[in-house]
Amino acid sequence: MGFLKTFFSRLFGSSAGVRELPSGSVTVDQSGSIVTSTVSSTFPSVILRQVGQDVVTLFREARAAQIPMNQVSLQFGSLLITARELRGGAVIFLFPQTAVPQNLNEPRNESRNESRL
Amino acid sequence: MDHSYKILILDDDNDWLSLCRDLLANTLPSKPEILTANTARRALTILESGNIRLLICDLKMPRIDGLQMLAIVRKRFPELRTIALSGLEAEEYRSRAYALGVDLFWLKGEMQRNPRLFNECLESLLGRDTTAGFRGIQSKSLMDIIQMECLSRSSTVLRITHGPLTAKLWIQEGDLIDAEAEGARGEFAFQRLLAWKTGTFENLPPEPDRNRTIFKPINALLLESAQTLDENAPSAEPEQMESSSHRKTIWKLSQLTREGADFIVAVPTDGKMEPEGLGTQSISSLTHWTLRASEAAARLGEKLEAGPLLYFSGQNVERQVLLMTQSDRVFLIGWPNDASGNLVEKSRKLVASWDS
Repeated sequence: MGFLKTFFSRLFGSSAGVRELPSGSVTVDQSGSIVTSTVSSTFPSVILRQVGQDVVTLFREARAAQIPMNQVSLQFGSLLITARELRGGAVIFLFPQTAVPQNLNEPRNESRNESRL
Repeated sequence: MDHSYKILILDDDNDWLSLCRDLLANTLPSKPEILTANTARRALTILESGNIRLLICDLKMPRIDGLQMLAIVRKRFPELRTIALSGLEAEEYRSRAYALGVDLFWLKGEMQRNPRLFNECLESLLGRDTTAGFRGIQSKSLMDIIQMECLSRSSTVLRITHGPLTAKLWIQEGDLIDAEAEGARGEFAFQRLLAWKTGTFENLPPEPDRNRTIFKPINALLLESAQTLDENAPSAEPEQMESSSHRKTIWKLSQLTREGADFIVAVPTDGKMEPEGLGTQSISSLTHWTLRASEAAARLGEKLEAGPLLYFSGQNVERQVLLMTQSDRVFLIGWPNDASGNLVEKSRKLVASWDS
């Protein structure tokens, strides 16, 4: 499958698409290398490795600056990265952010009020 | 002289491009010139060569996708207005597009179903108003705005916003009767407010029943405030400079205590000015870490195409720290773990009032 994908993408050029934001969790060792990951395999592993290395470096440098941390969160416009330090590395959670709540099945207060009226 | 605007549409689907071109050229009242491009590379060439007012960009494209294109455009053409027009209905894409600073996100299906609404939004983005009158006040100081309201003997409530800080001025038939800013009220609040250098304002309906706390005429108040500002301004006299700097430090410390923060460190990103810190002895090591963390966050944001960094937080058993960027400085604020309230909002207030 991998061979066919490479072959056809070379032949016809890359297909139209938007790169998805990573969603899931990644466990990294103390050098920042990925140990386990639940992020989709379509997401470039180079970038995931970069995330792991940066997070591990952040924890290490915070300790050197006398503000040791056991958890860090980076809130971007459309992605939240939360990382927890482990004994031999870190676990990183990646949550894409949206403007509307994910669970749309839950009844909202407004609609309950309307039905009362 | 030709005053028509130019709109550039970028989409990899040539049929869609010609449909859009026909639709917009025939229906928009301002009759803009419509240009099209089917690759991001071609679009960038057009943007560099022509005076384009608005870019309508598809998201799903080969090689350089729409989000990458919008990120490039935001850096290279900050004045350009942008619309993301996409068939991708997932909410994630809307959030990502707005995080990249687009003016409008619209679905292709929605555009076809309701072209009139789309055209109205587009027309408003182009800045073509058909109604007569003047709009917008630029480069006017707060003093000018207040004087204008008072001279016209109007009754209104002016809400002034400076970053996360909000203040209100109650004006009744041309008299300033009350002010609220940064937790203060009356004349002191008015003086605090006049120290704000930038912001936005809006007129709210008048509140005639508001209790009066300011009894001085507006001109006397403005004169007094101008004198206070002059006294606080940096002066060539070393003694006055020292006194002004001392007053600023006292003000910053009182803000820090009022919000309940442990420490704050302000680090200039250009490295030209010295970092400032209150409530901590380890300014040097915190400065180093703040800069490193802010660089790492910026790099990750760019690589992941996740939009700008809103804030960075970290915590241990003793305290939490929040890192946020404001114009040319990065701030690191330390909070005790039992601090109550929304720490992000409280940190934003501290950062916004740092220079006021």
